[in-house]
Amino acid sequence: MKILKIFIILFLSIGFSQLKSDEKNIELKNKILKNIRCLICQGQSVYDSESEFASSIRLIVDRKINEGLKEERIYEFLREKYGDWVIYDPKLNKNTYILWFLPLLLFLLGGAIISKRLNSKK
Amino acid sequence: MKNKLSLFVIIIFFSFCFGIFYKGLDSSNIYAPKIKNKKNIPVFEAKDFNTNAYLKSEKIFKEDTFYIVNIWASWCVPCRTEHPSLMALSKHHSAKLIGLNYRDNRINAQEFINEFGNPYSQILIDSDGALSVEFGAYGVPETFIIDKNKKIIRKFIGPINKEIVEEIKLTIE
Repeated sequence: MKILKIFIILFLSIGFSQLKSDEKNIELKNKILKNIRCLICQGQSVYDSESEFASSIRLIVDRKINEGLKEERIYEFLREKYGDWVIYDPKLNKNTYILWFLPLLLFLLGGAIISKRLNSKK
Repeated sequence: MKNKLSLFVIIIFFSFCFGIFYKGLDSSNIYAPKIKNKKNIPVFEAKDFNTNAYLKSEKIFKEDTFYIVNIWASWCVPCRTEHPSLMALSKHHSAKLIGLNYRDNRINAQEFINEFGNPYSQILIDSDGALSVEFGAYGVPETFIIDKNKKIIRKFIGPINKEIVEEIKLTIE
């Protein structure tokens, strides 16, 4: 009877851990898909799109996750195939300096203009 | 005066938009991006359309020649437009033409080939589109030129035409 109980506990705990890992994989998959641009759609992520392209990418991402690839490696794979544009959250490199620093620059410039105007009014 | 000026600005704006869209009607729907870094062909295993046998990429691209990989499907209308160009290209023996049948119904694909002719020396099945992603494809039709070093040197997005066939011939000769 005791052995049976141990078996039931073991069986349930394996089942639960499997369920939890599946849930984690789905979460990771959705996170990645929301960060991938559907290249043939207008302003849609792969997660939102029903196009052939998006469904192929979804399949590939699913496979890569099941193969045990980390999030960053999956992005790297897609970047290698389609370039930086495919990822919504681009990496900081020499091609994306402007993209990253232009908003900050505009913000500082705007702040400087406002502060200059305020000072001149005084 | 102010009303006349705003009318003038509006007319200029709409003429400008019309001009851009009108010019867009004439532009080609073929997009051939320049490949800065030549990429190696992907390593994969695919099902042969005729034999149903699984083939490894190194076996498919084993010959010391140029390869042209064309992604097609029977449901794809532009594929029908480009088919005569592919037939013309198949007569050129400096390259082997490999077809990648993309997300297609086998019977329809066979009917397509029977109706329009078979330009391919080998057809591979890409039933879920994963193989096309490995090539970095956006959809159908798409054509890749692979050189003797097994690197992708050129990519044509959209249906190929006579001019592109000539360009491909120049590349592979």
